[in-house]
Amino acid sequence: MTADLATEQATKTVTLSIDDVEVTVPEGTLVIRAAERIGVQIPRFCDHPLLDPVGACRQCLVDIPDAGNGRPIPKPQASCTLTVAEGMVVRTQHSSPVADKAQQGNMEFLLINHPLDCPVCDKGGECPLQNQALSNGRGESRFTETKRTFVKPISISAQVLLDRERCVLCARCTLFSEQNAGDTFIALIERGSFQQVGIYEKEPFESYFSGNTIQICPVGALTSAAYRFRSRPFDLMSSPTVCELCASGCSLRTDHRRGKVMRRLAGSDPDVNEEWNCDKGRFAFRSTRLDDRLTVPMVRDDDTRDLRPASWPEAFAVAARGLTAVQSSVGVLPGGRLTAEDSYAYGKFARAVLGTNDVDFRARPMSHEEAAFLAARVVTRPAPTYEALEHARAVVLIGHEPEDESPIIFLRLRKAVRSHATRVYSIASHSSRGLYKLGGTLLRSRPGAEADVIAAAATNPDVALDAGGVILVGERMATSPGALSAVVSLAASTGARLAWVPRRAGERGALEAGLLPNLLPGGRPLSNAAARVDLAATWGLDLVSSTPGRDTEAILSAAASGDVKGLVVGGVHLDDLADPGEAVRALDAAEFVVSLEVRASAVTARADVVLPVAPMEERSGSFVNWEGRVRPFARVLDSNALSDIRVLSGVADELGRPLGLRTAADAMAEMSELGPWDGERPEFVPAAAEPADDGSPVVGQMVLSTWRTLVDDARAVDGEPHLAATARRPVAVLSAPALGRLGVGPGDHVRVSTESGSVTVPAVLGDTADDVVWLPANNGGVSLQRDLRARAGSRVRVERDGAR
Amino acid sequence: MVDTLTPVLSDNWDTDRAWTLAAYEKAGGYSALRTALDSEQDDVIQLVKDSGLRGRGGAGFPTGMKWGFIPQGDDKPHYLVVNADESEPGTCKDTPLMLASPHTLVEGVIISAYAIRASHAFIYVRGEILHVVRRLQRAVQEAYLAGHLGKDIHGSGYGLEIVVHAGAGAYICGEETAMLDSLEGRRGQPRLRPPFPAVAGLYSCPTVINNVESIASVPCIVSNGAEWFNGMGTEKSKGMTLYSLSGHVTRPGQYEAPLGITLRELLDLAGGVRAGHELKFWTPGGSSTPILTAEHLDVPLDYEAVGSAGSMLGTKALQIFDETTCVVRAVLRWTEFYKHESCGKCTPCREGTWWLVQTLERLEHGEGNEGDLEVLVDLCDNILGRSFCALGDGATSPITSSIQYFRDEYIAHLAQGGCPFDPAAAMLFSTDEPVLATAGATGYTAGGVV
Repeated sequence: MTADLATEQATKTVTLSIDDVEVTVPEGTLVIRAAERIGVQIPRFCDHPLLDPVGACRQCLVDIPDAGNGRPIPKPQASCTLTVAEGMVVRTQHSSPVADKAQQGNMEFLLINHPLDCPVCDKGGECPLQNQALSNGRGESRFTETKRTFVKPISISAQVLLDRERCVLCARCTLFSEQNAGDTFIALIERGSFQQVGIYEKEPFESYFSGNTIQICPVGALTSAAYRFRSRPFDLMSSPTVCELCASGCSLRTDHRRGKVMRRLAGSDPDVNEEWNCDKGRFAFRSTRLDDRLTVPMVRDDDTRDLRPASWPEAFAVAARGLTAVQSSVGVLPGGRLTAEDSYAYGKFARAVLGTNDVDFRARPMSHEEAAFLAARVVTRPAPTYEALEHARAVVLIGHEPEDESPIIFLRLRKAVRSHATRVYSIASHSSRGLYKLGGTLLRSRPGAEADVIAAAATNPDVALDAGGVILVGERMATSPGALSAVVSLAASTGARLAWVPRRAGERGALEAGLLPNLLPGGRPLSNAAARVDLAATWGLDLVSSTPGRDTEAILSAAASGDVKGLVVGGVHLDDLADPGEAVRALDAAEFVVSLEVRASAVTARADVVLPVAPMEERSGSFVNWEGRVRPFARVLDSNALSDIRVLSGVADELGRPLGLRTAADAMAEMSELGPWDGERPEFVPAAAEPADDGSPVVGQMVLSTWRTLVDDARAVDGEPHLAATARRPVAVLSAPALGRLGVGPGDHVRVSTESGSVTVPAVLGDTADDVVWLPANNGGVSLQRDLRARAGSRVRVERDGAR
Repeated sequence: MVDTLTPVLSDNWDTDRAWTLAAYEKAGGYSALRTALDSEQDDVIQLVKDSGLRGRGGAGFPTGMKWGFIPQGDDKPHYLVVNADESEPGTCKDTPLMLASPHTLVEGVIISAYAIRASHAFIYVRGEILHVVRRLQRAVQEAYLAGHLGKDIHGSGYGLEIVVHAGAGAYICGEETAMLDSLEGRRGQPRLRPPFPAVAGLYSCPTVINNVESIASVPCIVSNGAEWFNGMGTEKSKGMTLYSLSGHVTRPGQYEAPLGITLRELLDLAGGVRAGHELKFWTPGGSSTPILTAEHLDVPLDYEAVGSAGSMLGTKALQIFDETTCVVRAVLRWTEFYKHESCGKCTPCREGTWWLVQTLERLEHGEGNEGDLEVLVDLCDNILGRSFCALGDGATSPITSSIQYFRDEYIAHLAQGGCPFDPAAAMLFSTDEPVLATAGATGYTAGGVV
């Protein structure tokens, strides 16, 4: 329990009476919340427990015969803005004719300008206005005059549509955007009955969190282009699940109909995402229903060398035969998007079935320093939680951009900044929009040279990092030499709590499941004999190989050179890798490639056996989020698709070395039995902060800073054009002196190039160092890794477009 | 009867170029400032408390008590905001005061800001009255040049900056918290209270918001003392104030008299109701105060007595309507104003005024039935006290009070299938002209009558 929580629980309570029922609640509680405690629902529209009280809709009026001082409040009061007082007497619609009439009168007002299009409205059937009009309204309106009309609907972004006639102007959407998301793209404009939600035409509602406004809209005023007119709430089945699109670990509600997901909503989990999620998690669920979805196994025909459909038994047999032929050297690349159970199965498949430690979940730029850091400082260790972030005195973001890489961390940090005056610092190349919204301070650093800035933060009197602080380090620090070592020192010297925040949903679970060349399940160090014996005993093996494994990059280069002959590849997108070209060469050179995939990809195109696996909705399992919190979920849709575990087990059976796991439950049970390693941990040996180059400036070259934005050209966004249209456009962020040197102004195009290629994007002004340029990694058709083979810290040439 | 008048604020209005610093100082202006600066701040607050001065913007809240709510020694900036957004239909007292003698206000601002330990003051003046804006700006400039404003005023160590801010044409910005939002550059809509402005007002700092007349009354209190001031008026409503008479009255204008004077006395001073006509109804303090009739001619015009008569003293904007006026028509015009000015934040006011106007329009044209009157009264009941701020409350006042006193006139519209009145007859000008057919379309009628 944190100190703050303890203080909150020790706060004074207040006893009041609501509808003659005594209730005791913490001081400061709103009357509407206190009423909920005794099961009295006061109707409301603008009130939302996670938004600041506003008192605009006036629906929740109650009568206060005694304000706690023996005197009545003469007028009915909005229970959503009135705090409780000792001895207060509250009468709601259930016991006060005045309150009841006030509510009915207000409801009648709300409906006079509301269209009667409930039969075609998406909200019909789950509409608070509809429900409360029935419970707290008159049967018939006395309004016989003319309704106000608007053109319906209008787009306020590519994704969000606004039907102004339906809007009851409760301001939930504008409050959420302003307060919670910090995206003031929408506001109430005009006045009186013509008040409406509006945007500035040149800046549409392109917030990563816009979908939440649709969800909290108490009427059908805000709808999504993706869902509008697609189904009725009463035709939908709702299943609780979790989000697979980043490591935040959001609880979700997936609504489906006749075997098809119709929409996803934020689930309610106060410890994690509260009641919010991001637009990617909400809208990006159609990619697995595109035509490239793999539904049947395929094997490469001996004669035509083309992939042809095969039965599962044939596919298992072919896979087993091929792997047997190259068994001496197989590398396993499961990718970072798996459930913890699938990851565990991959690890066991590699180590117990194939007998190799050449397994690595990291399908992205990486380093040995990172593997050592993860093994020594992250795996099995409880990370600070969202709650800890909310109450932290200071949060230092290191190579991590929460709004893009873990949006729920961003929302919680914003809450921390607003309600607990948390100070946020970011060690990054420039002040991002996200940092601005957190009121954060930039500790500017050059990509690849973060180690020095991290070290300096320890003694920075402004940061004043101590045990009340939290350090969040992102995955791109893997490739900044010495950065993670500096992070370990920073945490040790200040006492601040440390969390590693990967981008992908499966990475933390894969780490726990031991999908690293140096790490066995449960944090067992490969180098530790006792750990190997422990694992071998659980797996029923004589021994687990102690031969140090290769990491992803080593596996791929070994495959390219012929040292590794077989590859088992999971959900790996080649353009995510540090060197996509090398990966293609590796796949082409490998003698035998088995691919477990949901959709056809560059890997399946080169595979000898393609084994289709189930997408998110068609499987069960659990993710482990950045906190280390296990997020289990059940299967949403009935399906014949197999999980990775079932597929690996089929191959293992054919190999004659059964995996011993067929379901996620089997894997979870075995992981639980195995438990976390309680023996000695590997010592973390700090890596030297070697500069990325010799430091001498190369004329005309700049250092690239980049990260992936939340909504980009990722395959997960495929099939959802409305969401894709809200993605941020690719730009090159340059400092004023850099712009001057290049002879360009903001908006002019610059060409960014390496020996591998070039891209042309508009320049924008930022507070980068004068020799640093930032571009998004994969936006608007520009993929830095694919097109430039460049990543954070790479040297690039930047010129005015057309200068050459 | 002439001795009933007590010209204090309006005393210098007829002097030559009264709005200039020279004229104001010649008449003893800015001497109260020196007196105040020689006193302790708390003594100035106490003086105003002792005087019994109550807010002249309509609510009548004791000014000194309001100042006393400002936390002291809190290390936060304090602000004084002067509400000069005079927009209430019928109200016209601050505008002539600022036009004729802006320095009275400026001096009051300096003394008041000194008392509450504010170093910034804002005069939020209605943007439409451009001439007043210019006079104020010039007066503030003159005050700076004379050393009455700026750093270290007259060597006292106290400094003050005054900003004259012109509003952009929204009645709601006269609501004090909406005014603060507007001053901060936001859209003017009332704020949730608590926190009250005295604790977290402008820029979340302790803020006093006072009406122009309240602040302008401070220098004379400082000069003449609390006893002089509370020697005027009634038991709980002290001092003199500006009564504005308009409409069907022989000599419309501002009449400065002690609180508690009656309309009968004021009408005597103003030459009575328009010749040949008799009083039908009147507002004691602008259109947001329930109308009264000839039976209320002897109600003392102070906060308590007008309240007892079922209305409110409000801004003391006495709009006089004679028997030629159609009360339904007048009420509809007022309601159209509230509909237009409703900010839209809360449901009852936003939707209610939309509905009220349409129903009243029908009634004016003799359409509908008597049941509509019950609906109107019930809608008003659902707006009054249910809205976010007082705008909604004010919108109901003319309707409920007019139905109370003139129900038969509403019914006459229904019985006749239209308005029984000749709108031209109610016009103040051109009554000889045969304008009946076009009166409604000229826009002149509304300006002349209401």
